[in-house]
Amino acid sequence: MNRPETLATLRVNGAEVRVSSPPGRRLSEVLREELRLQGTKVGCDAGDCGACTVLLDGAPVCACLTPLAQALGRAITTVEGLSAEGLSRLQEAFLRHGAAQCGICTPGMLMAASAVLAVTPRPTRAEAEAALGGVLCRCTGYARILDAVCDVAPGPEPLRPVAGAAVGAAVERLDGRPKVTGAERFGADGAPVDALLVRAVRAPHAAARFAFGDLAGWAAARGVRVLTAADIQGENRFGVIPPFADQPALAEAETRFRGEAVALVVGEAATVAGLDLSAFPVVWHPGAPVTDPAGAAAARPIHAGRPGNLLTAGRVVTGGAAAALAASAHVVEGAVETGFVEHAYIEPEAGWAEIAPDGTLVIHACTQAPVMDRDDTARVLGLPPARVRIVPTAVGGGFGSKLDLSLQPLIGLAALATGRPCRMVYDRAESMMSTTKRHPARLTARIGCDAGGWLTGMEFDGLFDTGAYASWGPTVANRVPVHASGPYRMPAYRAETRAIHTNNPVAGAFRGFGVPQAAILQETLFDRLAEAAGLDPLDFRLRNALRDGDRSVCGQEMRGVGIAQCLTALAPRWRAARAEAAAFNAGSTVVKRGAGLASCWYGCGNTALPNPSTVRLGITREGRLWLHQGATDIGQGSNTVIAQLAADALGVALGDIGLIGPDTALTPDCGKTSASRQTVVTGKAAVLAGRALRAAILARANRGDDAALRFDGGRLVVRDGQGETVLDLGTLPEIAHGYVLLAEETYDPPTAPLDADGQGRPYAVYGYGAQLAEVEVDTELGTVRVIRITAAHDVGRVVNPTLAEGQVQGGIAQGLGLALMEEYLPGRTENLHDYLIPTTGDMPEIETILVEVPDPEGPMGAKGLGEHALIPTAPAILNAIAHATGARITRVPALPHRVLAAVRAAGRGP
Amino acid sequence: MAPYLRPRTLAEALEALAGGGLRVAAGCTDLFPATRGPGLSGGILDITAIEGLRGIGESAAGWRIGATTSWAEIARAGLPPGFDGLRAAAREVGSVQVQTAGTVGGNLVNASPAADGAPCWLVLDAEVELASHRGTRRLAVADFLTGPRQTARAADELLTAIHVPRAAGAGQGAFLKLGARRYLVISIAMAAVRLDIQAGRVAHAALAVGACSATARRLPDAEAALRGRRADAGLADAITAGIVARALAPIDDHRAPAAYRTRAALTLLRRAVAGLCAERAVA
Repeated sequence: MNRPETLATLRVNGAEVRVSSPPGRRLSEVLREELRLQGTKVGCDAGDCGACTVLLDGAPVCACLTPLAQALGRAITTVEGLSAEGLSRLQEAFLRHGAAQCGICTPGMLMAASAVLAVTPRPTRAEAEAALGGVLCRCTGYARILDAVCDVAPGPEPLRPVAGAAVGAAVERLDGRPKVTGAERFGADGAPVDALLVRAVRAPHAAARFAFGDLAGWAAARGVRVLTAADIQGENRFGVIPPFADQPALAEAETRFRGEAVALVVGEAATVAGLDLSAFPVVWHPGAPVTDPAGAAAARPIHAGRPGNLLTAGRVVTGGAAAALAASAHVVEGAVETGFVEHAYIEPEAGWAEIAPDGTLVIHACTQAPVMDRDDTARVLGLPPARVRIVPTAVGGGFGSKLDLSLQPLIGLAALATGRPCRMVYDRAESMMSTTKRHPARLTARIGCDAGGWLTGMEFDGLFDTGAYASWGPTVANRVPVHASGPYRMPAYRAETRAIHTNNPVAGAFRGFGVPQAAILQETLFDRLAEAAGLDPLDFRLRNALRDGDRSVCGQEMRGVGIAQCLTALAPRWRAARAEAAAFNAGSTVVKRGAGLASCWYGCGNTALPNPSTVRLGITREGRLWLHQGATDIGQGSNTVIAQLAADALGVALGDIGLIGPDTALTPDCGKTSASRQTVVTGKAAVLAGRALRAAILARANRGDDAALRFDGGRLVVRDGQGETVLDLGTLPEIAHGYVLLAEETYDPPTAPLDADGQGRPYAVYGYGAQLAEVEVDTELGTVRVIRITAAHDVGRVVNPTLAEGQVQGGIAQGLGLALMEEYLPGRTENLHDYLIPTTGDMPEIETILVEVPDPEGPMGAKGLGEHALIPTAPAILNAIAHATGARITRVPALPHRVLAAVRAAGRGP
Repeated sequence: MAPYLRPRTLAEALEALAGGGLRVAAGCTDLFPATRGPGLSGGILDITAIEGLRGIGESAAGWRIGATTSWAEIARAGLPPGFDGLRAAAREVGSVQVQTAGTVGGNLVNASPAADGAPCWLVLDAEVELASHRGTRRLAVADFLTGPRQTARAADELLTAIHVPRAAGAGQGAFLKLGARRYLVISIAMAAVRLDIQAGRVAHAALAVGACSATARRLPDAEAALRGRRADAGLADAITAGIVARALAPIDDHRAPAAYRTRAALTLLRRAVAGLCAERAVA
């Protein structure tokens, strides 16, 4: 009989290696922690996400579900084994097709794909979908991953645009290669081997008071340190909007939501990893939680100073909506309810902190907002901001939740307390429990039009459950009234919102800040209004679409408005889809097809508040050009897009640019990756910096505006129609930061504050879009299959078509999840098998149409896109369900039982 | 340190099990998700190295499927059409990764009400083989599954194989699963059906539904309603809503309310039956 293995030989990627882990240890842990093969990612430790897929004798398994003992004597292949002799064809195909966005699922995808390709070298789409069905991706919508797996034959050489030709070129992402080799380092990767491990003790109740027992005794018995709020030296309160900061890093005496941290356990990894924290000495006194936002106004206050549990209210009013509706030929009214939605990035929060030799606290963690992290962490820990450095790791998906602090102050506190590097990796349940969610919404609206189908007015009321702490609740409350009209001329308008505290999870930022919820109501009511007016839904929208020179509901005169162009781009497929659905339905009783439309608009950047970005470009004596790019790339592609804009503004080839950052010690502040602002705001700062550096070079060389720049070793050759000047960089004096030529420019989009009626100029740049969903509804089961989505998005100027399409496809996947399957229930769906996000088999064929209506303010005409793509998807699907069956869905997700009930209510079931 | 045992013979395994204090591990696709932390804790008896527990054997009496046979092996196995439902379920369990590791025995011992294998074994009249140092016994799957996460397995017993009698391999099987997404999904409801059609009529019908009761259930009244009938397009209608509702006891949960489950089970059963009739018509 086998005895417990203490030393065994493992065959990994063709090599024999000795391991000393216990036989029951997860293979993922052995690979990552003992063998330091950290290309294999861990997303759930439950076989739900497939990120840890490796091959055992050629067959795909989840390494997190495989005990070491069962891997002995078998050939293990990890992502590191795919590129032993340069990139494999599959990896090349992933790069070529833009299949990796954030990259966290990429190793798992590559391994699952390798398994099927070994058996089926040219898989069909369906075979590829089935083979990859066990690996979740939250960024891409799978389209480009499947494209790559079905097209591994060598393709054309990657584009290498010459000077001036980068913007608009479908160049491969500049940070793509490490994502496909497994070399990319995310929050859980790359910590020092001797780092202490930090784990949090969290509240099991929605509302409770608590008291600690014998912490010192418990800690001493286990050889660990315990840290609590009493150890926090600064102000134990953080929040993304400083006036509303209300969340303790570690709770003091009271917890306000399930999953809130009350204590840290810090010690050697081998000790802490296996500790049973259910025995931690804390006594809970659960209270009656406030869970219903509708009743929260009358419930006990969750925060002192916020009567009625009201966090904040938002309001936009113009014209006289009530009177306009009273005088309208047609008025529709309705209500929509949405639930908590989890970001479900495949990378749970992770990072490590260490004390640099100069005493600076350095935090390496996944984040969307390094400078905000620095300032808030410094405040909590009682340090000056200059003593905290944030070095963002690669981010395995964020979508808004990684804007807020999570583990940064916790690992910082542990590092300060112990003087040792300290590491923390949230498990899936911890990530889902303790981080922010999309706001649940209860929305009502009335919308009217005249006999000719011209909009007359709209009233909108929104109640948002903002959960236990403020987070981005104020942003949601303020952004929604500005957007709830949709991109239409709305002459009379009243939209009011409230963000209400409960003891539910903290609701924060999630791709769209409440606008997707509002669009569900507005766009589904538009279909009913079009029907009442006897107009085709597309014609109705086109008739009322905002045009250049129109004023928005905030009174802003709009420029560069592309919504009509988006709708027009959908028209051919729209007519065909409606006709095809009718023909199909004539011959089908149980399964019914339908086609539905929805639009979006979205202002880029903060709502009527400053949000500058600063970009630095410098050239060294050696002739190296560096772009200090402080915008965190969470997969959306800012590392590439900002570089493309800078290259063209400066007039150099994209390949001449080296990237630095983001890193609060090395990059100026580019703000947060949120609000679809990086291409617009940081992109514009990059264009300004590029132009400024170019001007400095031309002045020094005394050459004209049309001059071409060329690096030649340590020399910069500047040639115009008159001749050429060679700048010998080695002889130039250093200006600053080690550069002999330098430009640093800041851009803050011009906005104006909103008055009490929400009138003003909330955003400088908007993006627009419209989507057409075609669905099939099983009227006996209530299941919905989205067959096809045609998405037209006005991005102003396409900087990188591959990345832009990736944003659209990924946004649609999240919109589809919101529409059909996603709802987070505290205590019930704290994992990725009860909380469902779309798999390969749930995604439709997507056709993306990129519309270019230049924005007069955006960089080279560009607009933002990241959030826009999600907004129309859910209402388009709901409108398509209604077209197919008559069923009006007012509660999402449209789970099968809800759809079936609505179908039967519509009297259209078989 | 708690032992991790991985014996090569059944005798060693049963001896160890008799000593107590061990959890049985096979594909670990249920065990690890229930484990927080970097590895399995407590005493473990890993049965995946035992010769003879894996693979499919056929004899005059029927088929013996070893407990540690993986779902991937079932999906690939050369089994008669009566097993087509089981083979379809094998491709729906979790993901490809889970099918590679997950075992048929573990799926039954784990006893999830939503175990995809359970209704398929029921329509195959399957029995489990339970071995202990005291001896070996066989038990119908319906008697083995006693409740959610509960079985008739004694602490010192190992589920070593699943037996399908020769007669139950007859006819044609089908399996339909309903979930809120395509892959990697826990069933809201599922139906397994096996019809043996002779001379155009139903000679034998076996119907079972999963995820709609504490354990998967056969529907004897529905089977009786089909027996002897002509296997044509109208056959499925003989399964009535009343028969199905009386046979099941679904719960309300976040996946679906009970009433929906009952209705879905009816639809799935009818579709599976209609599908088999239509297939036969084409053949």
